[in-house]
Amino acid sequence: MIRVVLPYHLQNLAHTGSEVEVELDVPATLASLIDALEARYPTLRGTVRDYGTNQRRPFLRFFVCGEDWSLEPLSIPLPDKITKGDEPFLIIGAIAGG
Amino acid sequence: MSGVRVLVGTHKGAFTLTSDGKRKDWKVDGPFFGGWEVYHMKGSPVDPNRLYASQNTSWFGQIIQRSDDGGKTWFQPGTKPGEPTKTAEGMPVTESNKFQYDTSPKTGKPLTTHQWYDGTQHPWEFKRVWHLEPSLNDPNTIYAGVEDAAMFRTTDGGQSWHELAGLRGHGTGPQWTPGAGGLGLHTILLDRKNTKRMFIAISSAGAFRTDDAGSTWKPINQGLRSEYIPDPKAEIGHCVHRIALHPSKPDTLFMQKHWDVMRTDDAGESWHEISGNLPSDFGFVVDVHAHEPNTVYVIPIKSDSEHFPPEGKLRVYRSKSGGNEWEPLTKGLPQKDCFVNILRDAMSVDSLDKCGIYFGTTGGQVYVSPDGGDNWNAIVNNLPAVLSVEVQTLQ
Repeated sequence: MIRVVLPYHLQNLAHTGSEVEVELDVPATLASLIDALEARYPTLRGTVRDYGTNQRRPFLRFFVCGEDWSLEPLSIPLPDKITKGDEPFLIIGAIAGG
Repeated sequence: MSGVRVLVGTHKGAFTLTSDGKRKDWKVDGPFFGGWEVYHMKGSPVDPNRLYASQNTSWFGQIIQRSDDGGKTWFQPGTKPGEPTKTAEGMPVTESNKFQYDTSPKTGKPLTTHQWYDGTQHPWEFKRVWHLEPSLNDPNTIYAGVEDAAMFRTTDGGQSWHELAGLRGHGTGPQWTPGAGGLGLHTILLDRKNTKRMFIAISSAGAFRTDDAGSTWKPINQGLRSEYIPDPKAEIGHCVHRIALHPSKPDTLFMQKHWDVMRTDDAGESWHEISGNLPSDFGFVVDVHAHEPNTVYVIPIKSDSEHFPPEGKLRVYRSKSGGNEWEPLTKGLPQKDCFVNILRDAMSVDSLDKCGIYFGTTGGQVYVSPDGGDNWNAIVNNLPAVLSVEVQTLQ
């Protein structure tokens, strides 16, 4: 069970709290985690990854165990602390005023 | 009893404003989709309870919302509350937010780039839906004008969208250049008399027409003159801000261009200027009285550099002669220290016996005139910046 923390607007779209859980087979990667998130919450399709490029949307960032993984390739395996649920996977919206 | 429902899209959510036929007392509902930009909302002409909304942020992209109960509840098409949201295999049952350009060799040609601000070619990139135009006879068919400019259509109530690639592919697409606000397809007009004819407008490519329901398109910009482009009389490249027509006279179109208010009486084959005595012929909105096809409304803005009313006076201008002779309408509108803007999709008219005129401002006001423009009142004063205003006349 992987824990995922969503930004406010995605919580509203998915009708969830701030943290959700998704099941994932190992070896889990960034891509398979987002696949599982979208399968469980179809309303999030296209909101984390762009439909056209299939890449992370530029104003979102991924954090893993205190490290910024936003620029890591989507094929990178997730560490045990994430796959075992010890630490949540963070999806964070870039901070901006207005 | 008759009444009206005003659909207001703002920079931070959507609102509905409802009233009876007197249009004096109003009920305000919202915000819906709080915190998101709602570029446009519109109801189906054949089912007024069927509404569509374009919800967007740069963070999370494009969401299409639909209501089947007049705006009380909303859902993403295909994910209606209480219905399964995914297949047995765990895949989503809908792709209502998926707007992908047609790049197939057969129909997409492929159309991979358009002209960028500096004259170089730039990839076509979907950003948002600017305008939703429901079909005149089918509540499940809607046309969407998007940025970067293209036209999409759904025939399943918004569950899936497909590009009408003949527009980008008619020949001038690679020359289209974005305006300051982006390369947006912002106006879609449907012809009630000729159901295969549609008009669209793009900033800053110009106006285009199809006579075969969207398969093929042609530019209709002859007569436009734009001093801010290398060839002022070019076939394309004009920053058309808005076009409007009266349903009974669909060959007559009125246009608010970047500068100049224009008119055509031959479905866009040739345009002539009707700015006449306007204090400024720069502006964004233009609309036509519901019962008087020759009565036109615009709201002059000072200039392309200063997007607010001349002299700080918010004035709607009305021409009862189809242009050239304009009268200011000021009763109930601020006549000093007013520096708001009125964006291109933020004016609309109802079709009650006494035609109501509506517009919204970047200062968060929505104004109504229940008597064709003679008298104005603010329905609301403090919404987020208004991006769009549509009115439904309810019987």
